[in-house]
Amino acid sequence: MSELDPQKIRGDFPILERNINGKPLAFLDNAATSQKPKQVLEAIQDFYFKHNSNVLRSDNALSFEASELYFSSRHKIASFLGAEDEEVVFTKGATDSLNALSVALADRYAKKGGRLITSILEHHSNLLPWRTRARKNGGEIVVVRADRGWRIDVEKLEEELERGSELVTITHVSNVLGTINDVKDISRRAHRHGALVVLDSAQGVPHMPVDVRDMDVDFLAFSGHKMLGPTGIGVLFAKKQLLSSMEPWQLGGGMVKSVEPEGELLEDPPYRFEAGTPHVAGVVGLGAAVEYLERLGMGSVRKHEEDLVRHAFDVLRDDDIEIYGPRDPDEVCGIISFNVKGVHPHDVSSFLDQDGVMIRAGYHCAQPLVNSLGASAVARASFYIYNTLEEIDRLAASVRRAKGILS
Amino acid sequence: MNSRGLYRDKVLEHFRKPRNYGAIEGADATSKGENRSCGDEVTIYLKVSGDKLTAVQFTSRSCAICRASASMLTELAKGKKVSEAAALDRTDVLNLFGGTIDPVREGCALLPLGALKSALSELAKHGR
Repeated sequence: MSELDPQKIRGDFPILERNINGKPLAFLDNAATSQKPKQVLEAIQDFYFKHNSNVLRSDNALSFEASELYFSSRHKIASFLGAEDEEVVFTKGATDSLNALSVALADRYAKKGGRLITSILEHHSNLLPWRTRARKNGGEIVVVRADRGWRIDVEKLEEELERGSELVTITHVSNVLGTINDVKDISRRAHRHGALVVLDSAQGVPHMPVDVRDMDVDFLAFSGHKMLGPTGIGVLFAKKQLLSSMEPWQLGGGMVKSVEPEGELLEDPPYRFEAGTPHVAGVVGLGAAVEYLERLGMGSVRKHEEDLVRHAFDVLRDDDIEIYGPRDPDEVCGIISFNVKGVHPHDVSSFLDQDGVMIRAGYHCAQPLVNSLGASAVARASFYIYNTLEEIDRLAASVRRAKGILS
Repeated sequence: MNSRGLYRDKVLEHFRKPRNYGAIEGADATSKGENRSCGDEVTIYLKVSGDKLTAVQFTSRSCAICRASASMLTELAKGKKVSEAAALDRTDVLNLFGGTIDPVREGCALLPLGALKSALSELAKHGR
């Protein structure tokens, strides 16, 4: 496994050359979205400059080229996940994937006597779609607490599974604490009790090697924009045998073989689930992003982020800085949430911004988790492939200046 | 000296030494504003005499921007006629900060204005 060279990587990201408030930009808000390398932007431009046409519809040369790019991008993305091409459905992003699933799987959980298990670590997008539907149609939502290491408490999960459940939907990596769930173990437990597993991997797939077969999840959702790709494109992975028995959540063009007055014959997956003209340029961009990450090696990406997190733990050590979650870089995936004694996290974030250091403050669309930390908001720094140790030094220096001025 | 940016000297000064800070016993109107997304709380207390606001005070548990905003706003509102205070708006508050605040922090700066407005409606309800 080779080490990443962030200086070399930065050359691919024009935006990182910007100065903000007269200071070089240190972008440490990658859990919100990542920056995009030239390779991705050029792939999108190249598609629109040379190959743009609708896919799988028209019998002209451009449509063939566009379809070819659409197929080959899907193949790259599927291989990246260890999945088969027909198991990858394109969506607008992780939120869209999870909402679609909450509709498609409603018969399993959103009914009287249905029981869906989720956890306290979830992003709102993996709580609200399920909870809202269950409340409307009947069905119970069980929220499993975290253990001491801020991972899903598997003992509690086991107890809930024994009470009966059709579906477990959990996050891969906490978007607030960066803690990584042992998905393989969770899948094994859920399957033993006959429950399906949905994984929200919006913060997992961009940062570590992911193999859907090894984790044995039934469904997995992620967004392109957090992993060097454009906004507006994401993936829903689903096991082939499940996908072929699922009803589409959207209907329209491109998802039927034939429409007769008395009914219609649906396309096979994944096309059955991609009604309307797809976001072809987005798919092409995401394909280029996956290619970029594969060239670096996901093992190397993970290792680089561990080094950054280790350094951040070191330089942020301070009696007046409370870091939430575990302090072991092995247990954290590129995210650190903290608060500075006497300073509101929004003030920390705005103050850092004036120093060109970009982080985020708030409850990060995970209010139940943030409240369970005993906070109403936290400051969060999140790292990616182009971040350097020097940027983390600037983060720490700016946090200390904020403390001096605002507390 | 820092005369630009969100944490310019004037804002920091109001944050550190807030004007009109403290509850008013027997206030003619009181209103609490909350920003549930970040936990900020600010309460505005009014005292009137005739049609004039003789005292406008506040207490807060909030970020620096919200506190500084409440301090500057109470200073601005105090001594005004009720009708003049009711006409204060978003632009007046943003001007106190020198004009620009990013959309995420605008909510912090505007929380005291919202509380002032509801305290003024409270007054109106009681026919003051």
